[in-house]
Amino acid sequence: MAATDGGVNGGVPPHWHHTSFDLEIPSDVRHIESIVDLVQRVCRELAFPARQCSLNVPVALSEALSNAILRGNQRDPSKPVRVRFNSDGDRLVVEIVDQGAGFDLQRSTRDPTRPENLTREDGRGLFLMKSLMDRIERYNQGGNVVRMVMNRHA
Amino acid sequence: MSFTITKQDEVVVVEVEGQLIVGNRQELKQKVLDELERGGRKFLIDFDQTGYIDSSGLGVLVSLSKKIREQGGELRLANLNDDLKTLFELTKLDTLFQIADTKERALESF
Repeated sequence: MAATDGGVNGGVPPHWHHTSFDLEIPSDVRHIESIVDLVQRVCRELAFPARQCSLNVPVALSEALSNAILRGNQRDPSKPVRVRFNSDGDRLVVEIVDQGAGFDLQRSTRDPTRPENLTREDGRGLFLMKSLMDRIERYNQGGNVVRMVMNRHA
Repeated sequence: MSFTITKQDEVVVVEVEGQLIVGNRQELKQKVLDELERGGRKFLIDFDQTGYIDSSGLGVLVSLSKKIREQGGELRLANLNDDLKTLFELTKLDTLFQIADTKERALESF
């Protein structure tokens, strides 16, 4: 796992707002926390509001990563999950790429807050991603890509 | 990430340190089910030291709540920080669980 062009280990100077990295992890859920830690750290270094770095980013990102590992790549260790991160200082963009066929974002999301769904164990992942990010897109390009965009909140 | 289980009178208190996510939710589930098997009926999960929870972590809480209730027991939650409260409100799980501000209040409520 190697970050590039990020400066995330040494801290981002106040005048430097553009940060990006591109890395791959094996399809193992044990890697989720370290990726989330990394993106949370960059979120804080870029001085995004604390709430966005402590709630929106970790929950949405862990959902996207677990979907990619468990559903997209079916936990196949030979299939990597790619994480592309980019921020211009005003918004964070994270793209998660797996080797699955993809899914219909609209049709796959049900409302877990409806009374008939409230006691279900599953079905909250995409809902949380949509609730916590400003935009979620899914498309196929060199794999199944889920693109999450979070704007800096006031 | 770790789960610490203690007993306070009849209440099984589970402290979640770190994240409750897809990688460790089964461990929490098994620990609580083991206590249920041993006869525990009153359960309190304390989130004072918890970072974030993902949908699979929320799912395990829902599942445990059902299993404990099926055995005539109760599951209560305590010490949700503002982020976790928001998460429960977004998913409306705040309407499903009894949530106390502090561990002491939760213990008193049983």
